[in-house]
This record gives sequence, C-alpha cells and structure tokens, in this order.
Amino acid sequence: MQDAFGNPQRIVVLGGSSDIARAIAVRLCRERARTVVLAGRSEALLSDAASELREAGATEVPLVRFDAAVPSSAAATVEACLEAAGGPVDLVVVAVGALGDQALDEDDATRALEVVNATYTWPVAALSALRGRLVAQGTGRILVCSSVAGVRVRRANYLYGGAKAGLDATCVGMAESLRGTGVALQILRPGFVRSKMTHGRPDVPFATDVDAVADVAVAGLSSGQPVLWSPPILRYVFAVLGLLPQGVWRRLPG
Amino acid sequence: MTALTGWGRTQPSVATVVTPANEHDVLDILSRATRGVIARGLGRSYGDAAQVSGGIVIDGRGLGGIGPIDESTGEVTVGAGTSIESLLATSVPKGWFIAVSPGTRQVTIGGAIAADVHGKNHHRDGAFCQHVRSMRLVTPTGAMTVGAANDPEVFWGTAGAMGLTGVVTEATLALIPIETDRVLVDTDRCKDLDALMAAMATGEEDHRYSVAWVDCMATGSSLGRAVLTRGDHARREHLDAREQGRAIAPSASGLLRVPWRAPSGLLNRASIRAFNEAWFRRAPTHRRGEPVSLGAFFHPLDFVTDWNLLYGRRGVVQYQLAVPDRSGETVRRAIELLATSGVPSFLAVLKRFGPADPGFLSFPIEGWTLALDMPVGPPRLPGVLDRLDELVAADGGRVYLAKDARLDPRHLPAMYPRLDELTALRARLDPHGVLNSDLARRLGV
Ligand SMILES: Cc1cc2nc3c(=O)[nH]c(=O)nc-3n(C[C@H](O)[C@H](O)[C@H](O)COP(=O)(O)OP(=O)(O)OC[C@H]3O[C@@H](n4cnc5c(N)ncnc54)[C@H](O)[C@@H]3O)c2cc1C
Repeated sequence: MQDAFGNPQRIVVLGGSSDIARAIAVRLCRERARTVVLAGRSEALLSDAASELREAGATEVPLVRFDAAVPSSAAATVEACLEAAGGPVDLVVVAVGALGDQALDEDDATRALEVVNATYTWPVAALSALRGRLVAQGTGRILVCSSVAGVRVRRANYLYGGAKAGLDATCVGMAESLRGTGVALQILRPGFVRSKMTHGRPDVPFATDVDAVADVAVAGLSSGQPVLWSPPILRYVFAVLGLLPQGVWRRLPG
Repeated sequence: MTALTGWGRTQPSVATVVTPANEHDVLDILSRATRGVIARGLGRSYGDAAQVSGGIVIDGRGLGGIGPIDESTGEVTVGAGTSIESLLATSVPKGWFIAVSPGTRQVTIGGAIAADVHGKNHHRDGAFCQHVRSMRLVTPTGAMTVGAANDPEVFWGTAGAMGLTGVVTEATLALIPIETDRVLVDTDRCKDLDALMAAMATGEEDHRYSVAWVDCMATGSSLGRAVLTRGDHARREHLDAREQGRAIAPSASGLLRVPWRAPSGLLNRASIRAFNEAWFRRAPTHRRGEPVSLGAFFHPLDFVTDWNLLYGRRGVVQYQLAVPDRSGETVRRAIELLATSGVPSFLAVLKRFGPADPGFLSFPIEGWTLALDMPVGPPRLPGVLDRLDELVAADGGRVYLAKDARLDPRHLPAMYPRLDELTALRARLDPHGVLNSDLARRLGV
C-alpha cells in the first residue's frame, strides 16, 4: 500500500530498461518499495536494473519479457506482471516507446508502424488491460511517460511525437475516467532528456537529465499533480510555444 | 463503491461500504466474504486503519444502542457503533463519566476498543480496555462474548488490534461516578522542556488528568516551551453554594462547522507559528483550581468540526511516539529534530503513560508519549519521520497505529514484540484471512 506521502510498496514497471523508469524505481526502493516487477525486452538490461534495485532496497524483483512491437502481447504482459507482483499494486510506471529514426521511417510504412506500435498502440492496449484491474483493487496509480515531443509536434520527429501526442491525449481522457475510483493516472512530460535513447543528438534548450526527471516524477507522486513537467518550467514554456505561428515554430532550434 | 480516508485524508481507497444493523448481519458478511473486510467507526484514526481497498468496509455505526446504567456498579452495555459523545450525553446527566476518553468524543466504542485508546489519565487508570468488562466479538468463524477473565487471549488480542480479530458489536463498560460536570484545572506555563518534564515527572500522582501542549516550533532556549494542564473532577463541595443545586447540567455541545474546504497551506509555517505563539502567551503563568466544563477540558478540538480540512487537499499526518521513562532524552531529540528541520508542527501533546496495558498491540508503555500534527507537503517531512522511527525503535519505543500513515514496516516487529501472538490468534479466528485493512497490508501485520 502507498503511504501518506505517496510512497508505493509494490510497483510494476512496463519498460523496465528505460533509464527514466529505472531511476524512478531506484528512488522508490530507497523509500518504501520492496517488490518491483520489471517488464521489458532485453533480459540483460532488465537483470542489470534488477541488481541496482536490490541494492536500493528491493527484496523481490521478478522479470517479465515482452516485445512492444507486438501490440497483441500487451494484455498478457499486464496479466503476467500483476500475477508476479503477488498482491495489490500501488504504482504502474509505463515507459514504453521507440524513438525510431525519422529520416528512415517517414517513407517506410513498416518502420513507421514500429514506432507507432511501440510508442502508442502497445501502451494504450496495456493501459486498457490495466484499468479495470486497478479499479477493482480500489487503489493504485499509473504514471505514464509522455514527452514534450507530443505537446507540439515537430518536423524532425513527427512519427514519435505524433504517437506520444496520441498517448498523452488518451491518458488525459483516461485520467478523467478514473476520478472517484481510488485509482489515479499521472502524466510525466519530460523535455529533451540526455539518455541512451537520445545519445549523440545535439542538446536543445531546457534539456534535462534522467536524474532530474526522476526527481520530478517522485515528487509528483507525493503532490498528486495530474501532469508533471520536467524541468517544471516547461509547463510555462509550452504554454507560450503552443501559441507560436507555425512559421516561427519551424525556425526554433532543437 | 465509496472512497474512504482516515482523519488525515492522506490515502483514499475505494471499497464497498455496508451498514449491518445487528450481529447476524455481521456474521453473514464475514462468513461469505471473498474480499478483505474491516470495520469502521467514525473514521477518527488518522491513517488507513479503517479502510480496505477493493474490499468491504463494515460501517459500525448501525450497531447502536445504549442500555441502562447499573446505578451500583456504573456498568452499561452499548452497541459498538455508539459514539462517546452520545454515551456522555446520556450518562453525564445521571452522574457517570467515561473512564478513559481520547482527545475527541467523536469516536465509537468499537474504535476505542480497536485502538485501546488512552486519555489524560493513563498514568493512573490505564487504557480503555481495562474498563471494558466484556465484549461481543464477531469473527469469520463465529461470534463470542469475551472478557479479560473468561477469555484473556481473545479479549487482550482484540484490544489494540485495529479491527483485525473481528467486528465488535457490543461492549459492557464500567463508567466512573462524577458529582459535577466540571473539572478543576491547574495551569502552568513552562519556559522550556526541562522545566516541563520535571513538573510532569514529579507531580503525576497529584492529579487524575495531566497533559501538556508543547510548541514544537520554538527553538533555542525556548525549545519545548509548553502549557501544562492538570485536573480532577470537581466534587460538589468545590462549587459555591449557588451552583451546588445544579452541579450537572444537561450538556449542550456548541459545534461550529468549518463550512468550506480550506485551500492547501492555509495552515502553513507562518500561521502555525503565530498560532503556537498566541496559545503560549494566552496561558496564565500559574493558575490553580479553575473550574472548566468537561467538554472544554477533555475535547477542546471538538468545538470545530472537520478541522482536518484546514490542512487542505494533501492532508495531515500525526506522529505519536511512546518511549520508556529512561528515554526522556529521545523526547527532547524528537522535538529538537522537528524544531530545527523547519517542518511546521501544530501544538504537540506530551503525556505520561503508566504501566503498559495487557493488549497484545496496545500502544502505551510506561514513560512518555508525544503526538505531533504536521501538514503533508514539506519535502523533508518523510525523512524526518523516518529518523524519528529509528530513534524510537532503538529506544524500545513505538509509534501509535491509530495515528500512523507512514511507518516503515521494518520497525513493526521491534516496536510491537507481541505481534506474533496476534498473528497466531488471527490464524485461529480467521483462518482464511478475511479480515484485512490497508494499514495491515501496508505494515505487513
Ligand atoms: C482530534 C483527535 C484526537 C484524538 N485523541 C486521542 C487520544 O487522546 N488518545 C487516543 O488513544 N486516541 C486519540 N485519537 C485517535 C482515536 O481515538 C482512535 O483512532 C479511535 O480508534 C477512533 O475511533 P473511530 O470510531 O473513529 O474508529 P475508526 O477510525 O473508524 O477506526 C479505527 C480502528 O478501529 C477499528 N474499528 C472500528 N469499529 C470497530 C468495531 N466495531 N469492531 C472492531 N474494530 C473496529 C477499525 O477497523 C480501525 O482499525 C484522536 C483522534 C483525533 C482525530
């Protein structure tokens, strides 16, 4: 069960090898988290994350394998994770997505589908499998990693950005649907994060790092704010950016 | 489906709430349940003791009723959903008072038994269940009447067990006689913690009731400054002749509502500090034998209902610790830690406890108890409380489960060494583990 400060004890991470999800889980294990189900594609990355979590205080870290390229696997993955958790789950972190390579993907239907499946379709299917299970629990939280890439989509990564936009909008609606159920969904919108996913790309204004994003996410579990921006200033930056004419937006760096 | 929280409003969870009218209904619910079940009274425990997410919450308030008071023994049989307030409304005009009263009369008898609540007279009279002659307990395996003599295991296993042995439907209590509805109160302002603890440790036998309000935001040489109030029920001869004719009036409880949902942070560092300051200044340096109404003395907070709303959306946590007599230093360090951490704390309560009670999970142990209310929000608060846990556990002390919403479960077995006895009892009374609560899950009880 979560405590008065929103610290969970039992968590499930979908996308367990994501740097951000892993950093969040480490922080929660230093508090009260003891069981962490890690679900992801790469066995090696998952085991590596698992040992870090054990060091941080986790006692049970079951691993579940899945491939986000196959949306029909989402429901069974969720089922396997809840089973492995062995009791009411306080928090599910959804950190699944694929950045792809825009230049190669944009004229290739198969490759475009891979980005959209991993970033949008699989997570939405997983959330749909999860929703009723958590509502039946009468408690729990879902933290979905969105991205500012989806807040205003850019030419440079519109497949990934568009998929995140869809996921984000879906989650806004789903959060509404959960009011009064004891379950809450929070959306995390990081800016440009220096991580292995973005390795080698040039920095952009308001770039942040994994630790800073994880700090914002953990503080957000306590405050209960529905949308968490990292860095927090992006809330205001994007309020302005959203109003820019497309011609100006096009010429901004990043 | 209903969302429930404790008084601190920190951890909402949703469950099916049912309101049985009698023992038969309760037995029916417990014997058929396939989800967790827990009883709930007036929801005055601060954390998650009276809720079970995804399960069934038995609202005990349907189990009411107040029987006749035996004029020779003061014994009365009441439904477990009866509030102390309604019991007093009936008993005080007849000259009887509750033997142990918590700081609010808005609790049910079931809740008082489940937490084995203590009052300002613990050093003399022990906790609530020492004044319970018998109770009717409904478990998933059947109903039984238990007393300290006929079934000490179930009786003392239930005292303080936070509803986890079954649902209490009825209890017979021993009330105490009073001649008047006033308390004669001595008030002393103590300039620092040493002065306070010395006054409390030496004078404890002189008064039935004793409590100190400590300003946990004062630092430096004022650290632990406090207002100590001690009192005894006034006898008829203490009233002047004019008043002796109406020594007990039918009590009118003036209840002011806080009619709005206060914004988070209305009680903030500045306003809490100002309040604490005013409270301290207002108190007389020394005053003796001032007659005060029962309500004003025992339940000063009840004059404002729903005051928990003042803490706003994120709610409030209360930390109540008990440490042995030799650990006065821990009390000082706790107050120091809080005063210097910058975490705001409303007036804290310091009391003396007498010998430990026989309940497996009863909270009191002989020594000191300190209770602090703090708004959720300051990022340092969780860490400060974790530090306090370490200090308290290392000292052979414990925190009060009726107030808890955040204890690190690792400390539970050390704090409550008789937990195993409760576990064994529950395995017998509830072999399928039907009785459960968010608190029990969180702490691994
Ligand atoms: C302002 C304030 C002051 C307080 N002062 C004190 C004090 O001075 N001393 C003290 O000891 N406590 C104090 N408390 C705490 C309070 O007395 C306890 O938490 C008490 O248990 C609350 O009773 P309730 O009826 O509200 O029960 P709830 O909070 O609804 O439930 C508390 C526990 O009792 C169990 N329970 C309730 N009914 C039954 C039943 N019929 N059968 C079995 N289990 C049941 C529940 O499962 C739960 O575990 C104070 C609380 C407040 C808000």
